[in-house]
Amino acid sequence: MRPKALVLGCAALATAVVLSGCGSDTASGGKTKLTIGLFGNFGYAELLKEYAAAHPDVEISDRTASYSDHHKNLAAHLATSSGAADIEAVDTGYINQFKATPDKFVDLNTKGGDQLKDRWLPWKWEGSLSKDGKQIGYGTDVGGLAICYRRDLLQAAGLPADREQVAALWPTWQDFMAAGKKFQEKAPEGVKWFDGGPTVLNAIVGQASVGYYDKSDKIVVGENKEIKAGWDLVVDGVQSGLSSKLLYSTPVWNTGFKQGQFATVTCPAWQMAKIKDQAGPEAAGKWDVTSVPGGGGNWGGSYLTVPKSGKNVDKAVELAAWLTAPEQQAKVFKSAGLLPSIPKLYEDPSIVDYKNPYFNDAPIGKLFTDAAKKLNPQYQGPKAGDIQTAIGNAMQRVEQGKQNGEDSWRQFVGDVQK
Amino acid sequence: MILMDKTARRHRWDTKFAPYGYVAPYFLIFGVFGLFPLLYTIWVSLQDRNLLESDAATFVWFANYAKLMADPYFWNAMGNTLSLWLLTTVPQILFALFIAQLLNRKVRTRTLFRMGVILPNITSVAAVTIIFAQLFGRDFGLVNWVLDLFGAGQIDWQAGTASSHIAIAVMVVWRWTGYHALIFLASMQAIPSTLYEAATLDGASGRQQFWRITVPLLRPQIIFTTIIATTGNMRLLAEPLLFNPGAAAATGGSDRQFQTAALYLYEQGFTKYDFGYSSSIAVVLAITTVVVAGLGYLVTKRIRTE
Repeated sequence: MRPKALVLGCAALATAVVLSGCGSDTASGGKTKLTIGLFGNFGYAELLKEYAAAHPDVEISDRTASYSDHHKNLAAHLATSSGAADIEAVDTGYINQFKATPDKFVDLNTKGGDQLKDRWLPWKWEGSLSKDGKQIGYGTDVGGLAICYRRDLLQAAGLPADREQVAALWPTWQDFMAAGKKFQEKAPEGVKWFDGGPTVLNAIVGQASVGYYDKSDKIVVGENKEIKAGWDLVVDGVQSGLSSKLLYSTPVWNTGFKQGQFATVTCPAWQMAKIKDQAGPEAAGKWDVTSVPGGGGNWGGSYLTVPKSGKNVDKAVELAAWLTAPEQQAKVFKSAGLLPSIPKLYEDPSIVDYKNPYFNDAPIGKLFTDAAKKLNPQYQGPKAGDIQTAIGNAMQRVEQGKQNGEDSWRQFVGDVQK
Repeated sequence: MILMDKTARRHRWDTKFAPYGYVAPYFLIFGVFGLFPLLYTIWVSLQDRNLLESDAATFVWFANYAKLMADPYFWNAMGNTLSLWLLTTVPQILFALFIAQLLNRKVRTRTLFRMGVILPNITSVAAVTIIFAQLFGRDFGLVNWVLDLFGAGQIDWQAGTASSHIAIAVMVVWRWTGYHALIFLASMQAIPSTLYEAATLDGASGRQQFWRITVPLLRPQIIFTTIIATTGNMRLLAEPLLFNPGAAAATGGSDRQFQTAALYLYEQGFTKYDFGYSSSIAVVLAITTVVVAGLGYLVTKRIRTE
């Protein structure tokens, strides 16, 4: 009898150990608990409070991770169908990978999404639409493109600091690099023209008519002359000593803002929140924003998805729709600078006339809505995010002196064809 | 009579089966958390399987392994793994022996020191790596600042193969030396002092006593720590991953110069979602670890008194 009881006890123990990993969120006091998984700065802190105040039956908690951690964790959670938040943000670089498995997400078209469709830029809506017509996410922001620059550093090197004059320095990327060479002759010690090759290259790629993929999801970057020309130009800039050789969205890059290691940085709208967070209040007024060389383009922007594994998908869909509604996107633009994905707002005076005090009262409303209207959407293939990482690595190999431009390009093209 | 018989039988049953009952919890937990994942990994490694689409998996038998054997990035990762294994395991054990020897003396506040050496081990590996990555920073790192003071110039630690391996090895050695030192210290205290007294009478120096008495008598512990260190260091993931934060973290440097096999597994599984391929890496890595641990065992077994 005893051994049997013991075995049973052990089995019970083992089961308990296994089950404890699967505990469920119990709602406290009849409230529905919603979690929202974010990365970077979405500017949602105030909005979530506002929503909770208007909906006493809902309790919202948000968790924020770094860009790459967030998306890798999300993949792991979707794979095991557990652990994902009720709402998960997904960046443009990853949305194509996730929309390839639409069944992991709630099809928002079945939850009233098809009624809301006209809110968004058509290409934004299509960006998260699966091949079989399921909508997996509501668009939050789009990147747009601009250049953020340090007024004081440009002045110190004898260049103009005024927005229009600065923009006149660089109608094209060739001019941008030429201005950089002029800057570098008189630059303050330790300061470079731009933060790192990969950042500049991403902007050039974002402006190209065809990116890494053609519309049949074939990787064509190896034959893409537009991107190769941009690559050569940036390699030349790097080899002329214009680059601080810092990779974007890394701790050393953040330190670069704090230390003022570079004079310009490619600025999709979401970049402004990062600059403000990293450079801190002591750099207020030193930064300014002006238009980007080349034409309109996009880098980044996100979506809010609702994983199917959630327990309260209806409430989650409601919250996601609210957060991405025009009124809320307008608020986020003013608080965090994220450019709305809603064309109606590009005519809204409260947006168009908005000036950002941190960036020397730059008229970012006009700047970014102009950029967004000019924007020529580029088709993003399934693994665009991976290829962006690979091209960043390739540029870093040049910056670190490990390879010359041609060898590194060849290795990059070989890597992405695999 | 029948009653007696029943009790006796029960007693026999008890002695026969109770021991299995006592060890059962370990095997149950090992079965759930050890054996099952291992077998499951082998099963997945025979499939072409996307992380997010397990229903669409198809059996491909050994195709993943064939691809792996011809994959230069896998061999690059294995090379980095072995290089880091050597750079971490050997210094770890030597430093640990040395520190244990120091701590085995009568010094003031020695409990404090003994507790102190374990501190690096109980700190979070993520926190340690982030701090070390800053120390090894290119522009504002403390290490480069000191090197600069001596006129050695600045090193871009992440960029080079040797420099990145050294930086990562420093983190691992710093974290694990104290742990091994405590194991050595405990066994050193069990060595009878008469051995040292006799050696002193025979005129043996402190150095001779260390290498001829202490180290040979610690042989079982050295074998143990070598195996523990090997299994740990062959699957380094957090250190190389966090040494290079950002979107490209999983590639272990711009040219994969410090991508370990475990990191390559992570890249294939969680950025490329190739679950089958990543499982085959796991299987090959596990086999290699057993082989390397066996080698370590053979080497350390040769330690003996002359």
